[in-house]
Amino acid sequence: MANHNTHGHGHDEHESHGSMKSYVIGFVISIVLTILPLVVVLNDLMDKTPTLIFILIMAVLQFVVQLFFFMHLREEKKPRYNVMALIFGLVILVTIIAGSIWIMAYNTVG
Amino acid sequence: MAHTVTPHGGHGHNDHGHHDDHHDHESIKVLGFWMFLITDVILFGTLFATFSVLHNSTNGGPTPHEMFEMPGVIAETFILLTSSFTSGIAVLQMHKGNKKGLIGWLIITALLGASFIFLEVSEFIKMVDEGVTIGTSGYWSAFFTLVGTHGLHVSVGLCWMVGLMIQIGKHGINSVTKRKVTIVSLYWHFLDVVWIFVLTVVYLMGVM
Amino acid sequence: MFKEFWDFLMNDFFITGDPLILGAQVSIGLSMVAIVIALTYFKKWRWLWTEWLTTVDHKKIGIMYVIAALLMLFRGGVDALLIRTQLAVPQLEFLHAGHYNAIFTTHGVIMILFMAMPLMFGLFNIVVPLQIGARDVAFPYLNSLSFWLFFFGAMLFNVSFVIGGSPDAGWLAYPPLSELSGSPGLGQDFYIWGIQISGIGSLASGINFVVTILKMRAPGMKLMQMPMFTWSVLSSSITIMFAFPILTVTLFLLFIDRYLGAHFFTLDGGGNPMMYVNLIWMWGHPEVYIVILPAFGVFSDVVSTFSKKKLFGYKSMVFALMSISFFSFFTWLHHFFTMGSGADVNAFFAVTTMLIAIPTGVKVFNWLFTMFRGRITFSQPMLWTIAFIPCFVVGGMTGVMLSVAPADFQFHNSYFLIAHFHQVLIGGVVFGYFAGLYYWWPKMFGFKLHDGLGKWAFWLWNIGFYVCFMPQYALGLMGMTRRFNEYNFDLGWQPLNIVSTVGAFIMGLGFIFQVWQIAHSIKFLKKEKSGDAWGEGRTLEWSIPSPAPMYNFAHLPEVTSSDEWWEEKQRRAKGIQPKAPGPLEPIHMPKNSGIPFIMSVFFFIAGFGFVWHWTWMIVPGLIGVACCLFARSFDYDPDYYIPVDEIERTEAALKGVR
Repeated sequence: MANHNTHGHGHDEHESHGSMKSYVIGFVISIVLTILPLVVVLNDLMDKTPTLIFILIMAVLQFVVQLFFFMHLREEKKPRYNVMALIFGLVILVTIIAGSIWIMAYNTVG
Repeated sequence: MAHTVTPHGGHGHNDHGHHDDHHDHESIKVLGFWMFLITDVILFGTLFATFSVLHNSTNGGPTPHEMFEMPGVIAETFILLTSSFTSGIAVLQMHKGNKKGLIGWLIITALLGASFIFLEVSEFIKMVDEGVTIGTSGYWSAFFTLVGTHGLHVSVGLCWMVGLMIQIGKHGINSVTKRKVTIVSLYWHFLDVVWIFVLTVVYLMGVM
Repeated sequence: MFKEFWDFLMNDFFITGDPLILGAQVSIGLSMVAIVIALTYFKKWRWLWTEWLTTVDHKKIGIMYVIAALLMLFRGGVDALLIRTQLAVPQLEFLHAGHYNAIFTTHGVIMILFMAMPLMFGLFNIVVPLQIGARDVAFPYLNSLSFWLFFFGAMLFNVSFVIGGSPDAGWLAYPPLSELSGSPGLGQDFYIWGIQISGIGSLASGINFVVTILKMRAPGMKLMQMPMFTWSVLSSSITIMFAFPILTVTLFLLFIDRYLGAHFFTLDGGGNPMMYVNLIWMWGHPEVYIVILPAFGVFSDVVSTFSKKKLFGYKSMVFALMSISFFSFFTWLHHFFTMGSGADVNAFFAVTTMLIAIPTGVKVFNWLFTMFRGRITFSQPMLWTIAFIPCFVVGGMTGVMLSVAPADFQFHNSYFLIAHFHQVLIGGVVFGYFAGLYYWWPKMFGFKLHDGLGKWAFWLWNIGFYVCFMPQYALGLMGMTRRFNEYNFDLGWQPLNIVSTVGAFIMGLGFIFQVWQIAHSIKFLKKEKSGDAWGEGRTLEWSIPSPAPMYNFAHLPEVTSSDEWWEEKQRRAKGIQPKAPGPLEPIHMPKNSGIPFIMSVFFFIAGFGFVWHWTWMIVPGLIGVACCLFARSFDYDPDYYIPVDEIERTEAALKGVR
């Protein structure tokens, strides 16, 4: 939407809203990144801790892929307030989850 | 939005001013929606934190390992991923100015979303039949709340899409409907991203 | 049938059998009847609906927030006086234990969530668009929805006092006490839904003001040229955006526990009550910064205005505000050091807590240096600002004492803590918002508040404050803990408690003086002729008439520096006339809408149904909410243009007044 303003209604419409190509690439990578952890977990290919790290990395990668190929994060008009807010949000997100696990480790069953 | 309706629509100079005004307004709304999505990130983050803390609190009752049936979950995953892709195609069709294509791809997206919900609800019903409910233990409370909240978001998105299709049918593609489709597709991609983490943290780690 | 219904009303629905509550019920009933009669007699229903209930004008919404907040200040204040009366002498039989629990719970909730928050949003609404040279907030319709959600959330919470029973598990409702096992009554459900509904409104306001400040600034105004109050609103709103979702989830989980029998925070079934404490403080700690940051902004603007100087250390102030809003998310555990999470956890959070004191200290020096060698005018807003500084410094220092984890094992939940947080919340937040109210009052209403009565109120509040809370530090160190409704003669706490109670009533007297002041100023109204009421205004809100016209600025101002209006006045004094503005253009404005009000009513209905487990009430409530959402979505004509001739007429009328 925002780029609309600067580019007008010209031929570069595709660039500013993602193209079929970017969606297909994003889709294919996402499929691969979904299948890999499924295969690893369902066939018990690794030990517990490596599996844990592996599937989390795959999930984060897929998140990044979708952010760029589906949600076109790079294409907002500058300054990219949404990117700044997202980064801050992710920091808080990690704080909430990691902080809770750390704090509650002393109080958790099992 | 209103520039076809307002009496000032005809004046050359003013019309230009209003047009920019509207454009600007629509982009502000998209930014506002991004901000909302980020608050939703925190919302899901809190649910994930709760789930992580309670992930061993089965209280001697059924464990995720016994209950999860992966084929259904895998189907849900790919259905939602595909629907995220098709909602992207809908946006592309919109920018080509293809109203039929836009509505068509939105319908496909909504149908995929509906089948996702159907599978999820069936999964829940089956679990309840087998005696696992939200009150079974801390773990299952966290499970049903986290997965259910995601499902609720998807359901809201479905209603929203249906409403939007009617509006596109009525008003065609203009700056307002364009902004709304952009927003709903952002929402839809976001829900797919959340599902990736549900799959990883809840299901994959549950059956590990 | 009828008898059963009557029994239900008398035994379960209404709270009966307590003379205090009966008095409240009667007076609430009478005042409701009086309002209805007055509105009908003066034929004001239509006026109420079109001018206020459906308005999307940020200035009117702001005024409604302020009125609601002052009413809540009254109710919370009465609660406080009841608490202090009960504690004045040992073993007083004034409030029984259950009633006392309800009163300290509602006092806390109301003062933070239904007094400080709306007063803050009121100032946001009134000031921010004017300061940044905008015609409204980014999302005026959402803004109205935020207000009505707050309002009906507050009503739902307050109604528990006379219907169903007040919550009585403390202002943050720790489980397992707040679970069904500990609080089987309805009070806790009123608590959950009252806060939940108004919390959604607060979250929306947070988003609204972030986008407003980022996107709606007047042409040319860079971020680093924004008035300091606007900066503080930005930092506070960002904090709201990231903190309030946590509250929403936490209350939702507690609700599921109570409503569906889940086991998040229960003692049985694998639940973990401490997780609630962890989650609620992840919101709760940022929350206290949410309310204090805008007060810092008020002080900054007031100090530079009445010292007739640029704010000292603008950049460091911005940095301090933003870093406080960031670090506020990393200190939450200091509220429960005694939970026993281990030395490493406690050490980490003790250090982060001490760190956050640094930017706060920076600010204090900035204000002092701004006043240094300034020509200070001791106006009412400035008085509150000057009183704030020593009060907040002492409150902050006792906060640092509390942050020392091992020492906190002594201070925890004692009156030392009570004294500390009242000192920062009254000395910081309340004094700050009072300063803001006095400062912007002429901008809101077009007249100033009486000076002499204001000084009486000021001194009563200040003296009362120290008399009330200084003894409490000592009481805390003597071992007096919070939330006990009585204590024994032999503990030696009696003298200090009486002193403290006297102080509380002096503050109450201060509040009465303020009410008198407002009434007096309205009665002997002296219309403020100039838009620049204090004569020393520095920022854009003082460049337009008071009260501002609906569209605020007939021409959007062009901004070239911070303190734009001050610079403009300097230029004019030198004889440089401002560039003649171009011709007026039609102004794009949002239409009024009744949907926010109606939707909030439906939220109230659904919430009330959830409290009573009445499905027949929940379902229509939720359907109503959904219908309102759809109705809005299908409205393709939500705004209009004010034609040029109407703007010309308004401007001419305003000039006439000047």
